[in-house]
Amino acid sequence: MSDFLEIKDVTVTFKVGSTIAARLKGDPPPILTAVDGISFEADRGESIGIVGESGCGKSTLAKAITGLVPVASGSIHLDGVDLAGKRDRATMRRIQMVFQDPSSSLNPSLTVEKMLSELLRVHEIVPREKIPDRCAELLELVELPPSLLTALPRRLSGGQRQRIGIARALALEPEVLIADEAVAALDVSVQAPVLNLLNSLRENLGLTLMFISHDLAVVRYVSDRVVVMYLGRAVEDRPTAELFDNPRHPYTKALMAAAPKFGVKKKPGESALKGEPPSALDLPSGCRFRPRCPLAAEICEQTEPDLTGPSEIERAACHFAWDEAPA
Amino acid sequence: MTTPPSAAYEGVPPTIEPLEVPIGERGLWRRMPKKVWVGVGIVATYVLVALLAPVIAPYDPLMIDPANSLASPSADHLLGTDQLGRDIFSRLLYAARVDLPIGFLGAFLPAIAGTILGALAGFYGRWVDTVIMRTADVVQAFPAYILVIVLVFALGQGARSIIIAFTVLAWVVYARIIRGEVLRVRDLDYVHAARVAGLRNLRILRVHVFPNVISQTIVYLPSDIVFATLALASFSFLGLGIPPPTAEWGAMIADGQPFITTNWWFATVPGLAIVGLGLGLSLIAEGFEEALRG
Repeated sequence: MSDFLEIKDVTVTFKVGSTIAARLKGDPPPILTAVDGISFEADRGESIGIVGESGCGKSTLAKAITGLVPVASGSIHLDGVDLAGKRDRATMRRIQMVFQDPSSSLNPSLTVEKMLSELLRVHEIVPREKIPDRCAELLELVELPPSLLTALPRRLSGGQRQRIGIARALALEPEVLIADEAVAALDVSVQAPVLNLLNSLRENLGLTLMFISHDLAVVRYVSDRVVVMYLGRAVEDRPTAELFDNPRHPYTKALMAAAPKFGVKKKPGESALKGEPPSALDLPSGCRFRPRCPLAAEICEQTEPDLTGPSEIERAACHFAWDEAPA
Repeated sequence: MTTPPSAAYEGVPPTIEPLEVPIGERGLWRRMPKKVWVGVGIVATYVLVALLAPVIAPYDPLMIDPANSLASPSADHLLGTDQLGRDIFSRLLYAARVDLPIGFLGAFLPAIAGTILGALAGFYGRWVDTVIMRTADVVQAFPAYILVIVLVFALGQGARSIIIAFTVLAWVVYARIIRGEVLRVRDLDYVHAARVAGLRNLRILRVHVFPNVISQTIVYLPSDIVFATLALASFSFLGLGIPPPTAEWGAMIADGQPFITTNWWFATVPGLAIVGLGLGLSLIAEGFEEALRG
């Protein structure tokens, strides 16, 4: 393992607005831990899927890796370089991101060409006179016709905008591409081509892809390995095929059972997961999944399980995950 | 165990969306509704009148003729004469040279100042926001007209003082509107994308935030010109605006007021001049809003 991208014990916290009364009393503002000590590594060219319910911290993790939000503790290394503190422009360039909502991810007052050429110019990626050619190449890369260069975002369809968003990320020739719910807002018919585009770009450009989604089917399709997150923590981190064939953590099992399936009718009220996740401001003792877990036992109340397993690449955070021999 | 239908993605070629043919962007001007052009026509007429006043006006607007005071409209004096025998029509035309520049400057300067300050406050937050917006609170806490009166007294009567007073007062509105817009835009994904791309703050503000909030200023500006012109007229009416004998619509209304029962046109015609300008500017403002929303 070369550990190209190394995320180690990354924690991201936010100060939450406190009441005036609490502030007058001098109480410190409550702190919300959105990402709570996540560690994983990715090889160059590997595709990592991050799955979890909304609010589990997966987008915050993405923002921490890109440098949009500061890391409270832990470290992020890219190819051996520590990304702590304020990053310079050249470092920012190495990790790029594709955003979720195609309607707000493009500046409405810039044409596609102006948007791309600004990045190429500021980062001096190609000589000035080559910028128009490079813009057309980028569109070709995301399989759009060069005629769209003069278009403003509101003239583009959702799928086209998402491709432009990918082209914008690729303009900086990043080494890591983070796709945060990159197809969630698209029609299902448009999702497939965009996913295939991401897959082929990863293969052809050697990108390390971090694909964040709540959609198991999508993650399964694009990822080599999947990290399942629950309330800011990784609960399972295993190769995709193994994870989907034989999930180890009860939360992963419940997520899979909750995913809609063709031809299977669910009875109303029959839900794999009980209730809402607890507030990140008020975590239960021991295992944070305990209140919703069908396997919850006494040990779960006392100790929070570590993310461990038989090997570095097969890990789950449940006291009972490895009781039976792995299949 | 479940089998998520990821097989559905297999074999789908990366491109199946219909790819649009070349797109010609219709410029903002082409999308303007007709009313904008009507408004522009009206305002342009006023500007033309102001520029050409010395050519069109039959008399010197300041020429006194006590022997012929308060004359009714005639071929010699299209709108009659005032209490000092000055030609009302000529004064009406010349007044545009005073009211228009003050109205426009009195609206543009606060718009520029307020837009920039509001954008800085919203974008940088923290102490920048605190200083700018608390200053705005202080300005707004004063009754508007009293503040102008105080400033005009302090700075001395005249066009310059009035423009300064309007600027000190009216920037607050723009600052509040633009600050709110910037707060909204600042957290949109395209601004995040610009940050991830390593662009500098000032560039993000200039290229990615400012152009997307400025429309609010543009929509509000024409109605503010109306306000500035009306306010100027009001101050002149109260004797605080442009000192006599300069021709100015508000001052003319004040002059004509005692004679409203006998020479009704004396006070009415400058009033109509203000209404006409207000109408033109309102049409522009409304049309802008429609075009920018659409």
